[in-house]
Amino acid sequence: MSVDVQLRFDREAITEFSKANREPAWFLEKRLAGLKAAGELPLPALEKTKIDKWNIDQFEPFQTSASVSAATELDDVVKAQIDANAVKSLIVQKNASAVFHAAADELKSKGVIFTDLATALREHGDLVQKYLLNVVAYDEHKLTALHTAVVNGGVFLYVPKNVELDVPLQAVFEVAGDNALLCPHVLIVAEANSKVTYVDTYVSGEGRNMVANSIVEVYVGPGASVQVASVRSLSKDVHDYTFRRATVDRDGKMEWILGEMNDGNTVANNTTILKGTASSAETKTVSVGTGDQRQNLTSQVQHIGTHSESDMVSKAVMTGEATTILNGITKIEKGAEKANGEQAENILMLSEKARGDANPILLIDEDDVKAGHAASVGRVSEESIYYLMSRGIDRQEAERLIILGFLEPVVAEIPIDEVKNRLRQALERKLG
Amino acid sequence: MTAVPHLQIKNLRAKIEDKEILKGLTLEIKGGEVHAIMGPNGTGKSTLASTLMGHPKYEVTEGEVILNGENLLEMEVDERARAGLFLAMQYPSEISGVTNSDFLRSAINARRGEGNEISLMKFIRELDKKMKTLEMDESFAHRYLNEGFSGGEKKRNEILQMMMLEPKICILDEIDSGLDIDALKVVANGVNEMRSPERGFLIITHYQRLLNYIKPDFVHVMMQGRIVKSGGPELAERLEAEGYDWIKEELGIVDETVNANV
Repeated sequence: MSVDVQLRFDREAITEFSKANREPAWFLEKRLAGLKAAGELPLPALEKTKIDKWNIDQFEPFQTSASVSAATELDDVVKAQIDANAVKSLIVQKNASAVFHAAADELKSKGVIFTDLATALREHGDLVQKYLLNVVAYDEHKLTALHTAVVNGGVFLYVPKNVELDVPLQAVFEVAGDNALLCPHVLIVAEANSKVTYVDTYVSGEGRNMVANSIVEVYVGPGASVQVASVRSLSKDVHDYTFRRATVDRDGKMEWILGEMNDGNTVANNTTILKGTASSAETKTVSVGTGDQRQNLTSQVQHIGTHSESDMVSKAVMTGEATTILNGITKIEKGAEKANGEQAENILMLSEKARGDANPILLIDEDDVKAGHAASVGRVSEESIYYLMSRGIDRQEAERLIILGFLEPVVAEIPIDEVKNRLRQALERKLG
Repeated sequence: MTAVPHLQIKNLRAKIEDKEILKGLTLEIKGGEVHAIMGPNGTGKSTLASTLMGHPKYEVTEGEVILNGENLLEMEVDERARAGLFLAMQYPSEISGVTNSDFLRSAINARRGEGNEISLMKFIRELDKKMKTLEMDESFAHRYLNEGFSGGEKKRNEILQMMMLEPKICILDEIDSGLDIDALKVVANGVNEMRSPERGFLIITHYQRLLNYIKPDFVHVMMQGRIVKSGGPELAERLEAEGYDWIKEELGIVDETVNANV
């Protein structure tokens, strides 16, 4: 933290928030260690993106809101993300408060824990302590340290072994108001042979100078299958930093479906560690760059287990004066025999002033593997526009069809109709 | 709707970059008529089709094209289509992520205009019927537009679009190329089903073969970017039997392509 800028929070404020939430002592200790580390650690090194002028720590971290008793009373920006009249399992967080919680009866009877982080820390402290900040370390860099210091919510999802949930669990995170911070920590633990789908959306209300700093940690047990779909639609007044990481045990399967639809500056790193034999990961990302936003989006897989498999697909459409750096990193460690990693990054440029970089990176330390990558940066083909127009479709609609079509092969993969529609709406909004 | 369509092409000249390809072409097509344009490679046949449709690569330098009293050359590509012109293309584009049926519905609704959209049920009924005529598998409706289609599948798909959009003037640019005889019959069947006094056809082909299945009323021979000879169906038969050399001889043409200095 630069010495000449005053922070709007300190040890005392953090301690007070922790006490108000009746957090266990070990967690407050972790927070304070985070605060100390945040003052010492550098920002993460990012490919082709400088973030030192972005809003890193200028916020008031503990703005609270009153909770509501019915989903229909939630803010409109939140209600747009849910079916308010048919809510089953939903957690809603606004700034530093968990404002709504519903859990289907099925969850309790099956021993599933699905609750906000503060409640989890109080009621399942030992379980949380076992997993929290193990896949992502609190002192990796300034942003993870800062996150640990001021984390102001999140979700704990625990699925016991052999439990399969068919209906997706949902969370909505809202940031609103001047200088507000949204700092959720999402912790998902899927025990052996369990199956779960978790869907979250990030939205913002009115306000200036807002920050979101999130960490998502996922433990995929042996033979378990976890699907995480996340759509972020934060306004240009929010600077958004996200670190998502999953570790996958043998025969486990992790699937990420990510819609990076923010209007503001965004750093997102999505990493899957394929630890176990025959573990697998799929990552699908779509993004639309608009206005003058800067985005650095990284999809990463680390192969450790033999016969592990990964597939990453990222597609971005660039408009206005936006810049998006799309990194794909496939790392295959020595000993990960018969591993297979594929990745593709495709960028469609709609504006002369926009910039889109596709950076496929393969780091391979084992001989007996398969790995491949494909990257492209291109424009909408005039020939394609002509073809559609020759059937009576006007130029604007022809372009729209081609652009949405470019993203559709990823969007169509989303197995949950609500999220799919939500993402399509976000795409249409961003593409005007 | 009831007006008999009338397309007039008068002394049309067009170039690509700085190369003139159409060099004063005149032709008139009315509803109920089937015109065939034949000619060797490189004589400007496909350029005529693309220029009429308004392909951005081609620039018209002289002449007029009038469709039902309206100046076609002043219209955008989509306006020409909505005015009733259709071009079945030789090399249709592949559009990823847009299904055939979504595309067709957008195209039909673009023509019908807002507030007058085709009902989903009616659309599906029509589509099923026409796909049956063209012996197309149901799965085509849900595949992405032309993506991964074989040459023959693309041609059928062009005809399917034509049947669904019900244009007034249909131009078929080498619809027979790459089709085996069975596929050719199927495609011809689709075209013949559409023949009516309210619709005119311009069929561009290298080979007389197609004209065995789609009987033309008029046959034109194109050389050096112009129509150099016109006649009835018997002209196509003579071309099939004797080739083009007799025409070149008759007209004193040495180089029939658009490269010739004329």
